[in-house]
Amino acid sequence: MEEQDLYSEINSIRNLMERSTRFISLSGLSGVLAGIYALIGAGLAYKLLYVDAGTDTYLDFNHDITVQLFFIALIVLVLSIATGIWLTIRKAKRKGQSVWNQSSQSLLKSGALPLLTGGCFVLLLLMQGYYGIIAPGCLIFYGLALVAASQYTFGDVKWLGLCDIGLGLLATLLPGYGLFFWAFGFGVLHILYGTIMHFKYDRENSAK
Amino acid sequence: MKIALNNFDKAFENRIRLQIMSVLVANESYDFNSLKELLEVTDGNLASHLKALEKDEYITVNKSFLGRKPNTRYQASRTGTEAFKKHLQALENLIKQQKK
Repeated sequence: MEEQDLYSEINSIRNLMERSTRFISLSGLSGVLAGIYALIGAGLAYKLLYVDAGTDTYLDFNHDITVQLFFIALIVLVLSIATGIWLTIRKAKRKGQSVWNQSSQSLLKSGALPLLTGGCFVLLLLMQGYYGIIAPGCLIFYGLALVAASQYTFGDVKWLGLCDIGLGLLATLLPGYGLFFWAFGFGVLHILYGTIMHFKYDRENSAK
Repeated sequence: MKIALNNFDKAFENRIRLQIMSVLVANESYDFNSLKELLEVTDGNLASHLKALEKDEYITVNKSFLGRKPNTRYQASRTGTEAFKKHLQALENLIKQQKK
């Protein structure tokens, strides 16, 4: 066996182990866009709460605003997911990989449980009127979902998740500032993460 | 050189078989179509190599149905995982020897 064969053999093994376990078509750009949506949503929420309604802290607002905030959050969520799916499909197509394969299914399966648990938990909190811990709840469960899903995609996702968990805990400590933590965790961190991913993986691939 | 080659597994002399094994060792189980897509091989080619690995008892086969479609999943057996590790070790030793 030639030395070159040896190296190419080992390379192909490593490459396959990596590709078969990890879904690497996640688009960095979708992270940036999700962050921008979140910041716009947070801006609207800020206007509703502090400018229009003139509340001092966001703990004592009325029912109408709750419904409006809920819809803002829902629109941000739907837009982010739709953009994420669209850009990921585009990236996978460009690289000639399939989107619905074993690794993307594992990715969704492992992320779904903490995410759905968190979603239910936050909705229940909302129904009970515990507004103060909704933003921390979102951040913590989203972070947990990212950490759980990260073993099936880029390792960097884990760091985003850990940052969100830390931010969520910090927000629990300071209940009046949930909106700001929410904007930072879902807005700024997503943009930061998406930019890093874009330059680290996406650009390198399109150059090839 | 000779000593290291003794540890080389005959079953892994073929590249596709080695690739199949790498995927199965890294994952709990893998199905036929995903394997085919990943390795970019034809049905018949993949099937014959899987058969060979099955004969050596390096992998176990689990046939089931997803609705009406047959779904065949493959898993690395303990023997197979051991053999794969030994093979990798042999490759590593070979590289070490050549570096000397």
